[in-house]
Amino acid sequence: MEHYLSLALKAIFVENMALAFFLGMCSFLAISKNVFNAIGMGLAVIVVLALTCPLNNLLYHYLLAEGALSWIPGAAGVHLEFLTFLVLIGTIAAVVQVVEMVIERFSPGLYGSLGVFLPLIAVNCSILGGSLFMVEREYTLTESLVFGTGAGAGFALAIVALAAIRERMRYSNVPEPLRGLGITFITVGLMAIGFMSFSGIQL
Amino acid sequence: MAAKPKELAFDPLFDNNPIGLQVLGICSALAVTTAMDTAFVMSLAVIGVLVGSNVAISLIREHIPSSIRIITQLVIISSLVIIADQILKAFVYSISLQLSVFVGLIITNCIIMGRAEAFAMQNGPKESFFDGIGNGLGYSVVLLSVAFFRELFGTGRVAGFTILQPVSEGGWYVPNGLMVLAPAAFLLIGCFIWAVRSWKPEQVEEEFHIGALPEPGFEGDLR
Repeated sequence: MEHYLSLALKAIFVENMALAFFLGMCSFLAISKNVFNAIGMGLAVIVVLALTCPLNNLLYHYLLAEGALSWIPGAAGVHLEFLTFLVLIGTIAAVVQVVEMVIERFSPGLYGSLGVFLPLIAVNCSILGGSLFMVEREYTLTESLVFGTGAGAGFALAIVALAAIRERMRYSNVPEPLRGLGITFITVGLMAIGFMSFSGIQL
Repeated sequence: MAAKPKELAFDPLFDNNPIGLQVLGICSALAVTTAMDTAFVMSLAVIGVLVGSNVAISLIREHIPSSIRIITQLVIISSLVIIADQILKAFVYSISLQLSVFVGLIITNCIIMGRAEAFAMQNGPKESFFDGIGNGLGYSVVLLSVAFFRELFGTGRVAGFTILQPVSEGGWYVPNGLMVLAPAAFLLIGCFIWAVRSWKPEQVEEEFHIGALPEPGFEGDLR
């Protein structure tokens, strides 16, 4: 249990998707102009990461990894690892589509506020990055579920915090060429320095 | 669009830089820039994939139904990335280990999807080829200059050659450890954008508006 808690904390704070690995930067910068949208985006990322990470874990271990096909008689020697990227991104696109349809069917209100972010998520690097890290670090199924949820929560935390800062920054006098994107990058850099103080924390 | 190949290839370097102005593909731009050699290999991989995907998509653009165009583009791009990954693993294995997941993340690099969607879907293969080269070079310029500063000030070396002799090797330069850490990349890109926009003031944003990334709610946006 402690192991999982430690893994989740690490995924949220120490190895924050957005601030330590620069993943999902495009949506991180584009949808952090106001807090309301940032919360929607954050929730959508949590849901999709929590679903795709374990799913890709299953696919990787029972379809792609070396010797994974041993459950089919005579196919134990088949080695499909080179298809990893294709399978991972395919799963992600499919999951995003399904999540979108489910939300639209059962909760039109939520769809209205969350729905617009879902297509953006299919090609968000933090989602594919989550799955790739899961493969590279050889997580088990439970670990990948914990890691996916944690990484999503970390991204949500970072994007909401950045949105809150940017809302305040609208009233400050920034040098002209630095306005917009430039100052946002520098803000994110300072936030990343702040998040680095979490490094080394372990349970 | 009847633009000349030269314009298509050189315009994205500073005037319409994919990272500085269009804000595409920054995820990987930040992560692989701790040293020149990884940044260089990454740039080559991105240029290769970008040119390949632009040409391939532009060749079959008449035949892609618009409802499934994103998944089609993804399949083409991921196949190309798989090839690039295998090549890197075969020839520069140690660098491919350092790049780790970021080679795979070329798939979701917004430059590639963005150019496929915005340019290759409307233009012929020849224009798309030059557009791919141009945007790839624009990406490389930012990547290499950020990597140059990070490696120079972070370790005193450029592409592995010692320029500023660090104290640990009997020299005078105290390496700035911040430079090799994550935040420095953000700060440097911020400064890079600042420099380019002071030089070319017409790129200053009117309002808080991020280029090629429409607010969600617009139809057909990518990220």
